[in-house]
Amino acid sequence: MEANGRAPASDPAERAALDEVLGPPPTAWLGGARREVDLHVASADARPGRDRLLPALLALQRTAGTLTPGAVHDLARRLDLPPSEVYGVASFYALLTQSSPAAATLHVCDDIACSLAGAAEVAAQAREAIGPEGEVGRGGLRWRTSPCLGQCDRAPAAFLQRTGEEDQVLAPVSLPWSAWAAPRPPAPTPPPPQVGGERRLLARVEVVDPEDLDAYRAHGGYEALRRALDLGPEGVVRELAAARLSGRGGAAFPTAAKWEAVARQPSRPHYVVANADESEPGTFKDRVLLEGDPFALVEALTIAGLATGAERGYVFVRAEYPLARARIAHAVEVARRRGYLGRGILGRRFDFDVEVRSGAGAYVCGEETALFQAIEGRRGEPRNKPPYPTAKGLFGKPTAVNNVETLANVPLILRLGGAAYAADADADATGTRLFAVSGAVARPGVYEVRARVTLGDLIGLAGGAPRGVRAVLLGGAAGAFVGPDALDMPLSPAAARARAATLGSGAVVVFPRGADLTAAVGRIARFFRDESCGQCVPCRIGTVRQEELVRRLAEGSPLGTAAEERALFDDLARAMRDASICGLGQSAPNAVESALRLGLIAGEGEGE
Amino acid sequence: MTASVTATVDGRPVTVPAGTTILEACRRLGVEVPTLCFLETLEPVNVCRLCVLEVEGSRALVPACSRPLEEGMEVRTDTPRVRHSRRMVLELLASAVDLGAAGPEVARWLAEYGARPERYGPPAPPAPAGARDGRQAGHHPGAPTGTRETLAQPVKVDNALYVRDYEKCILCYKCVEACGEQAQATFAIAVAGRGFDARIATEFDVPLTESACVFCGNCIGVCPTGALMVRREYEMRREGTWAPERQSATATICPYCGVGCTLVLHVQDNRIVKVTSPLDADVTRGHLCIKGRFGVTFVEDAAPTSDRGGA
Repeated sequence: MEANGRAPASDPAERAALDEVLGPPPTAWLGGARREVDLHVASADARPGRDRLLPALLALQRTAGTLTPGAVHDLARRLDLPPSEVYGVASFYALLTQSSPAAATLHVCDDIACSLAGAAEVAAQAREAIGPEGEVGRGGLRWRTSPCLGQCDRAPAAFLQRTGEEDQVLAPVSLPWSAWAAPRPPAPTPPPPQVGGERRLLARVEVVDPEDLDAYRAHGGYEALRRALDLGPEGVVRELAAARLSGRGGAAFPTAAKWEAVARQPSRPHYVVANADESEPGTFKDRVLLEGDPFALVEALTIAGLATGAERGYVFVRAEYPLARARIAHAVEVARRRGYLGRGILGRRFDFDVEVRSGAGAYVCGEETALFQAIEGRRGEPRNKPPYPTAKGLFGKPTAVNNVETLANVPLILRLGGAAYAADADADATGTRLFAVSGAVARPGVYEVRARVTLGDLIGLAGGAPRGVRAVLLGGAAGAFVGPDALDMPLSPAAARARAATLGSGAVVVFPRGADLTAAVGRIARFFRDESCGQCVPCRIGTVRQEELVRRLAEGSPLGTAAEERALFDDLARAMRDASICGLGQSAPNAVESALRLGLIAGEGEGE
Repeated sequence: MTASVTATVDGRPVTVPAGTTILEACRRLGVEVPTLCFLETLEPVNVCRLCVLEVEGSRALVPACSRPLEEGMEVRTDTPRVRHSRRMVLELLASAVDLGAAGPEVARWLAEYGARPERYGPPAPPAPAGARDGRQAGHHPGAPTGTRETLAQPVKVDNALYVRDYEKCILCYKCVEACGEQAQATFAIAVAGRGFDARIATEFDVPLTESACVFCGNCIGVCPTGALMVRREYEMRREGTWAPERQSATATICPYCGVGCTLVLHVQDNRIVKVTSPLDADVTRGHLCIKGRFGVTFVEDAAPTSDRGGA
């Protein structure tokens, strides 16, 4: 679609990267060599789907360290898309760049948990070693600050994108600069995650080799799928309903109802999607499941496929989790080889397969419809609901999308039986929940508890808070701060609601006495401003105004009186909640509002 | 599915064919629902959120432009919640975007809903040319503390026919739809960037003359805020000679090809200052090509040199 035939040229390495993702171009129309037949026919059938766009962009980024105009034009031609559209998608994602290439880009997490662990020092070192943030500096390197990388238990963390190499997580960042800036940096083995509590969902994590299917089977693996095949789709949904399983991604929607709604849709095909785009600041529980028990997710997704009548499932993993992605991809490959995926699974008339997809740096893609957009090769702009995904989801087809932890419960329920799973229920919650505890605790990690366990006991499981508790952020940036008076609060959705908080994603970030809460609130305000997709006015401009307001309060320079600023905030919060398209804008004022209520912003005049 | 649905709007019953949007139902009842990103000839994108209203049982407010009316739905268009969100949408837009050329309706709504954009502080200094293009997603540089960030930036003038003044852009997506899928199928522009840095752009922000643009001007035809403007209008406004009260509108048929597009010639001081086509014209639905929109000034005695290659 290049005007006047003046498309810039790509280089051979970029073309090779495209061939690897897309296969060789089938016709001259799609960028191949011209053959006699191309002068007479244009075959649209040979065209690869637009859903190859994000994988291709990620491959180009890795190859050249940036997306060059030549490569973007090539890719556009290969997918029969306008270059403007490809550029529009590429410029949406934080891990794709269109500026001058760097040999490596270090993304230094400066989010809430890492800040408590000295992220500012890491950033200062990076500045000294490389130069100003965002620019290609010494050694052809670049560094940038990053939103939460989901490594809060190993803070401070960084994520390294190296041209021509696999991405790498540095957590904790402990190497001297000269080490990682070398042409071949050592691949540090991250410390194993701390896990504790009841350990039903976590039973195999750090116990069973995550790359060994036989070990998985020896620990109860694939018993649930056999049972599911015996029960049939309706039987599986009945068990989930009896278990009263509700979604663990934040919205707590009943899983049985979701799956049944998809199963009933006459439109075909159906899809199932595992949402492994865990990007809520302070949250890393899904990472521990993905890295530590990947076969369980594959098995659960297979059961979801059976129950909803889907033949294809997707796992969408955030790009910042390279180990999780590799483990899941490995598990899928092994399961396929051993007949647990593919045609005629376990000798039954049931076909199902799984594709692993990677994000490219966008918190909003954890929103289910934005996640579909990303898989489809579009900007991660959430869709208006209704229609809900159960009716019109991925590729416009009925789709069941579930959080990783929710899916992890499914094999357990089928092995125990739904009624037995629900037997030891607390008031409004069955089963256990995973909490990612980080910040000022002795043993940051993932802890599995029931709803009757209190916040204080959970912190106790994590070794307690030796420096005391000034505040706790529950549910991540989209959640709320609570004070030390909430330590006796049971970890149930109802108890959280009663304190105007939420369990949300299960993030628990503990701030010690004397911690700088003003900085944390400011970081959350910046987070929403930077992660807003920009589609709707209340969120696109509202999050900017919220950040400006928080900064004015933090610097002790309010516009007018404190009461006027408070009124301005309340006006913003109401409109963002009421009129934003998706949950990002709707929850963007939550944490700031709770901080104002608790007087946590220092310059505001009510704080310490 | 039933052929028609019955619901209430502000307590008044309304029966419409199934699939009718809430907005359409409101308009049938004569209830005003303000809209910015909506246009009759394009599919609703429901992004400006100005048309939101209350639907009984719905937690958040609902966009009237895209949501079909359902059987038994109770719609309320003038509650405090609705008025608050509309006021804030207008106020937030006015705090960041130059709405000065958005027309009298927008000015009336700003007053009616009581938008006070100055509450967010004095505007931050404008961005230098090109600074807003190519910002890295997720790394937005904020405005100096105490100021409010705006879209203020120099106008993009890169061709002889029209200009792009993106400090007037509310990101309604209409130009993208009109350029691409829903009218022209040229796809010269798309939405690029993210968050507050989201913007309308060609690939790598190249000038329109190096893009796929065919200069049909259909993007200008759908732009609600004057961000996209024919060069002659832009220059007359700059010189202070643009005077709508001295303009006449004459409907005629395009003289070029056999399609027979309806043209409306806007004439000021015996000079064609702009050419449009009505949204409800059967043939055009408001869309034209480069010849109809820009090529009829030959009827004037002497075309000004400014229309010949941007001199």
